[in-house]
Amino acid sequence: MRISKLLSTSALVTGLALFSGAAAAEESVEVLHWWTSGGEAAALNVLKEDLEQAGVTWQDMPVAGGGGEQAMTALRARVTSGNPPTAVQMLGFDILDWAKQGVVADLNALAAKEGWEKVVPPALQAFSKHDGKWLAAPVNVHSTNWVWANKKIFDELGLKQPTSWDELIAALDKIKGAGYVAVAHGGQPWQEATIFDAVVVATGGPEFYKKAFIDLDPAALNSDTMVQAFDRMTTLRSYVDDNFSGRDWNLASAMVIEGKAGVQFMGDWAKGEFLNAGQKPGEDFLCFRFPGTQGTVTFNSDQFVMFTVGDDRRAAQEKLASAIMTPSFQVAFNKIKGSVPARTDADGSGLDACGQQGMKELAEASTKGTLFGSMAHGHAAPAAVKLATYDVITAHFNGEMDSQTAAQELANAVEGAK
Amino acid sequence: MSVSQETMVGAARPATSASAGAVEWLQRALPKIVLAPSFAIILVVVYGFILFTGVLSFTDSKILPSFNWVGWENYVKLWGFRNWITALKNLAIFGSLYILLCSAIGLFLAILIDQKIRVEGVLRPIYLYPMALSFIVTGTAWKWFLDPGIGLEHTMHLWGWESFAFKWIKDGKMAIYCIVIAAIWQSSGFVMAMFLAGLRGIDNEIIKAAQIDGASNFNLYRRIVIPLLRPAFLSVFVVLAHLAIKSYDLVIALTNGGPGRATEMPATFMYSYTFTRNEMGIGAASAVIMLMMIASVIVPYLYSELRGGKR
Amino acid sequence: MAAATHGAVQETAVRTNVLARALIYAGLILFAGYYLLPLYVMLVNSVKPLDEIRQGDMMSLPMLFTLEPWRSAWATAQIGVQPTGLRPYFINSILMVVPAVAISTLLGALNGYVLTKWRFRGDGIVFGLLLFACFIPFQIVLIPMARLLGLAGLAGSTPGLVLVHVVYGLGFTTLFFRNYYDAFPTELIRAAQIDGAGFFRIFWRILLPSSGPIIVVTVIWQFTNIWNDFLFGVSFSDVDSQPVTVALNNLVSSSTGVKEYNVHFAGAILAALPTLIVYVVSGRYFVRGLMAGAVKG
Repeated sequence: MRISKLLSTSALVTGLALFSGAAAAEESVEVLHWWTSGGEAAALNVLKEDLEQAGVTWQDMPVAGGGGEQAMTALRARVTSGNPPTAVQMLGFDILDWAKQGVVADLNALAAKEGWEKVVPPALQAFSKHDGKWLAAPVNVHSTNWVWANKKIFDELGLKQPTSWDELIAALDKIKGAGYVAVAHGGQPWQEATIFDAVVVATGGPEFYKKAFIDLDPAALNSDTMVQAFDRMTTLRSYVDDNFSGRDWNLASAMVIEGKAGVQFMGDWAKGEFLNAGQKPGEDFLCFRFPGTQGTVTFNSDQFVMFTVGDDRRAAQEKLASAIMTPSFQVAFNKIKGSVPARTDADGSGLDACGQQGMKELAEASTKGTLFGSMAHGHAAPAAVKLATYDVITAHFNGEMDSQTAAQELANAVEGAK
Repeated sequence: MSVSQETMVGAARPATSASAGAVEWLQRALPKIVLAPSFAIILVVVYGFILFTGVLSFTDSKILPSFNWVGWENYVKLWGFRNWITALKNLAIFGSLYILLCSAIGLFLAILIDQKIRVEGVLRPIYLYPMALSFIVTGTAWKWFLDPGIGLEHTMHLWGWESFAFKWIKDGKMAIYCIVIAAIWQSSGFVMAMFLAGLRGIDNEIIKAAQIDGASNFNLYRRIVIPLLRPAFLSVFVVLAHLAIKSYDLVIALTNGGPGRATEMPATFMYSYTFTRNEMGIGAASAVIMLMMIASVIVPYLYSELRGGKR
Repeated sequence: MAAATHGAVQETAVRTNVLARALIYAGLILFAGYYLLPLYVMLVNSVKPLDEIRQGDMMSLPMLFTLEPWRSAWATAQIGVQPTGLRPYFINSILMVVPAVAISTLLGALNGYVLTKWRFRGDGIVFGLLLFACFIPFQIVLIPMARLLGLAGLAGSTPGLVLVHVVYGLGFTTLFFRNYYDAFPTELIRAAQIDGAGFFRIFWRILLPSSGPIIVVTVIWQFTNIWNDFLFGVSFSDVDSQPVTVALNNLVSSSTGVKEYNVHFAGAILAALPTLIVYVVSGRYFVRGLMAGAVKG
């Protein structure tokens, strides 16, 4: 009895939603995202509650998997069918690719009213705006060139935080010599690419990174410096355990947490794993910039792209965008998520030590002009180029080609995908 | 509505003469009217969409379809990609092993189970159930099982067999065989059922006659039973071949194309270029090649099927 | 000697001795182990606390038995922003699967009936064209299908998903019924026609009542395929219509955070229960049905 009742009610609801979509959607937003794990969902829940206080219903459309790959497929089907969600979580160049299709909303009026221009770093604005029009609300900035280290192992071996490549290698040797896994690494293309970003900055400096990965200069891509960067990847390869291939990044974090491994090279989202395990920054684990990249920040930023919706849904959409840009929300959200606010004027005093350091360095890098989009995370070049670099970096890391060939292949792959 | 159906079936049978009543016409046309909606919609959603994909493969479509003609450029690019070549090589390895081993195991099990086994009712669902599960479900279990750190190798070490090594999934050269193992696990039971159905359909008289002639069991199967299973073999081959060409979930669940790109397959290649690399044109070109491969397997089968039907 | 213990009347034509029978059983049981292994791993680890999974081996029985992962997967696990578990998504799947299976089976039966008993010039080609639908890779139809659903006003709805599953299931259902009805004696149809029975009357009264086995095969096939579908489910669903496979994917492949393997396994088994039950309950009819038609060359 109950089931049949449930069936008919939900059929009714589906039917209603279908035929009276306009009326039902008046004060609601539909959000497509891939934050479905505990911490992330909790962070997003802050936004949901803020909106509900403003009288806007949150219709949740989660599609997890592969850093949003599945979600992007679903989005494509939704847009093609003329039924786009109100807002979609998106990264980097994907935003601009969609902007070019002319299916996104124009948030300029709202942005002008709330003064977004002044508080969002220009490097982020490059993705939030297209042709001078705001189309997305950035919610956070992750920086990707971090090292997460087990403090107990560092203390036991008398190591200090390395600040250069040579010091890093010396430290890794010691850790390996003491019988630990030196580098906790998960062998997935994006993780290898994340390390490569940092290695490129450490090897060639910020200028070189910009030339190679932002400007996609073939001469820089196939240069001796790049060969050296690949050589360094080979060096790092010798510090990972045998079982690295295919491992999820959070399992690699767990190796550091449990004291099986010394360090992990990963973006600041890894911090959540340490905090969840009850560890404290500075006491149980250390966070520092990848040696040789101090002063430079490679970032990725989650943004909510607003799609063109009917006039009846516009008001709720603007409320959503406005809620995302509220400084208090940005702090509350990023405290849970592990990243730092996209607004530079947000009050960071509520963040932990690593978070505060990250926020400070982000602001400095932004002024100095050394804040760069991460290639590994789709903020330096479009998806096709990004994935073409993955192919080469991963093949080289797995020993399928030598560094000389890799640099050549990298230039070719980027050229072919441009 | 009825007009279009009329034209659709008109080719098959000319409209009846005017003297025949409308009712009689309806009686005659009814079967075609019943069939027409299915046929019409398949024409659109299968052949229309294949045509659409074909057109896209000659355009510079990126994130959404566009219609800027670029000629053969996508095909030229496609054959220049290392990943595509790897995908084809993998398909060759995977496809041949998968079809061969699945058929062999399926046939073997079917013959065993056909020996009046008492517990057939228990065994059959055990053999069949993997087909009922999607790889989203079983992928995690297989990934675990194959992972040296937590799976079979680890378990063997805990059980005291320290030298046991099983690292195929981590090895670019061997990972594809892990996919074969899981794929066989999924489909061989189903193949068993198909062969079992074939065996049960064989007239017992034929077998008895052969036994009276003194044929040994081995010879009985080799000379008489297996040749009689020809139609079942054909069905099995077609089912397996198209599963092999379309295999996608499996690869995504087990290796996601890794280590490196060592286990890329045509279906994963196509999906990745169309949907994650925003190179819809190249994705469409690879889809066209895949469709041609499928057609080269299926069309001869259909042809023989249809000729058989005409008898 | 000839397997005397196994019943006095040996129907099978093949004679085997005790040793051979022992080998046969050993082989069969060995393979049963191979097939059951992943299910065992999933089951055993779905009732362990997470700590025990991290330390122990995957084969060992739980030291501390807990049903908490199952409860969590069913009702409290994080699927989206809200911790709803898989429960609400089952309804969506059922609302999608039942009509899709029913419609595609009925259409397949009608098509098979027409193609075998009301043959016309070119029926072979029509059948061939229908059949090729089984073999199209679904990834290539996503975008044009989305457009079509949008034009039809069915985008992101359960009826839209039903439509998609029906049209791409038609090839198989037609194949099954055509092969089955092909062997059905045409004389019976002719006789009924002479008695004045019409097209539908013959179908309802004569063919359908004897279609049991093939209906079972078709329903099992369609039910499993549609229930397990992820690609269409994720692309063509909306807030109110996401099927359970999409929810399961959200549960197991969340990008960050602690991986609760025990909950994942419990959720995976939960999501698979309907198809498992269908297979186990009707497995016997499945082979019979295959025998009756689907395997025909």
